[in-house]
Amino acid sequence: MDAQTIIARRVAQELRPGNLVNLGIGIPTLVANYVPEGLPVFFQSENGLIGTGPIPEQGMAHPLLTDAGGKPISALPGAATFDSAMSFGLIRGGHVDITVLGGLQVDAEGHLANWMIPGKMVPGMGGAMDLVSGAKRVIVAMQHAAKGKSKIVARCNLPLTSARPVDLVVTDMAVIAFPGGKATLMETAPGVSVADVLAVTEAELAVPDNVREMTL
Amino acid sequence: MKPVSTEEAVAMIPDGATIMVGGFMGVGTPERLLDELVRQKKSGLSLISNDAATPGKGVGKLFEGAQVSRMIGTHIGLNPKAQQQMLGKQITVDLIPQGTFVERIRAGGCGLGGVLTPTGVGTLVEDGKQKIEINGKAYLVETALRADFALVHAFLADYSGNLTYALTARNFNPVMAMAADTVIVTAEHIVPVGVIAPDHVITPGPLVDYLVANG
Repeated sequence: MDAQTIIARRVAQELRPGNLVNLGIGIPTLVANYVPEGLPVFFQSENGLIGTGPIPEQGMAHPLLTDAGGKPISALPGAATFDSAMSFGLIRGGHVDITVLGGLQVDAEGHLANWMIPGKMVPGMGGAMDLVSGAKRVIVAMQHAAKGKSKIVARCNLPLTSARPVDLVVTDMAVIAFPGGKATLMETAPGVSVADVLAVTEAELAVPDNVREMTL
Repeated sequence: MKPVSTEEAVAMIPDGATIMVGGFMGVGTPERLLDELVRQKKSGLSLISNDAATPGKGVGKLFEGAQVSRMIGTHIGLNPKAQQQMLGKQITVDLIPQGTFVERIRAGGCGLGGVLTPTGVGTLVEDGKQKIEINGKAYLVETALRADFALVHAFLADYSGNLTYALTARNFNPVMAMAADTVIVTAEHIVPVGVIAPDHVITPGPLVDYLVANG
């Protein structure tokens, strides 16, 4: 199983019946492919839709129905559309149960940096800051390391997305939570040992006695 | 509401004007007005728009001839031209969180001086802003945004200017239609009064100053 599939499958297990969920661009988008059959969840697209459906078949796309990246999507039965004030009212107002975002860095206290590399990449934060500040539960879905460098760092040196710490980080190697504000190893990916995770993680991780293996 | 041609509509916009343009990545954007802004070579524009779209699409067209001198938006990452002009300091870009962006515009249209939001507290966004605490929680004071012109794209417009929008093309349009001195609207379809039921009107006609004729 490739890294992205491991992450997306594991994040999908966090969804609960009736959840309103916002998926970011990249790996988070893949989570929709692994929702357990029959689990009723609603996906929000922040450009103004609840009830996001799969990519339409050839010739079935509508130019006025797109995701937040401007790509054609479909809408499921029961879908609702609204303006951007309502969309961000839902986000900031705590009506979104889970937001899944990509990350550049997460630190030992759960702070996320995911919108800017000063001098290099300054695309803008889009909706990320509102999502992290306002959603009930924040899950980061990202690779554990990039170019051999840990993305779980002692302290973020990139600009933060929010002062509010995230709730869960799911990588291709591990699941990390932050009980008591401290990064804690909860699960390892199949075939990955606790020692493997610790060896490539810059942040200090608390390791409980019962670290489980992800069930995918 | 007064019907106008595309050419007349854009001729009203002077160089250096502040314009709000509806749309999200070019979806729900008044493309004909943007094409005409390019044709009439309007310059020095202050653009208030969620994003810079992509080259050749939506507000993205304005960056090709460097018609924008200042932009307030939330994301310009998918338009290399806009990125280049920002990094080269040819244009000033204020990037702000999307929820803050839309609420500042809403405030501007609703007679509010601004809004209080927790978004951005503890990040670069709070630099230079007033921070206040209410019931133990910190909020940033974000001031209202208005423009000289709002360029809005609707799905249906009736002869009296009532508007409805379609699917994800609604986005910032109805909010911007309240926050500018002059509101200019294009619509996919212009229909007789009565086709849009009163309960289905999203933007009431009196907010619309000019409706651009189709065809």
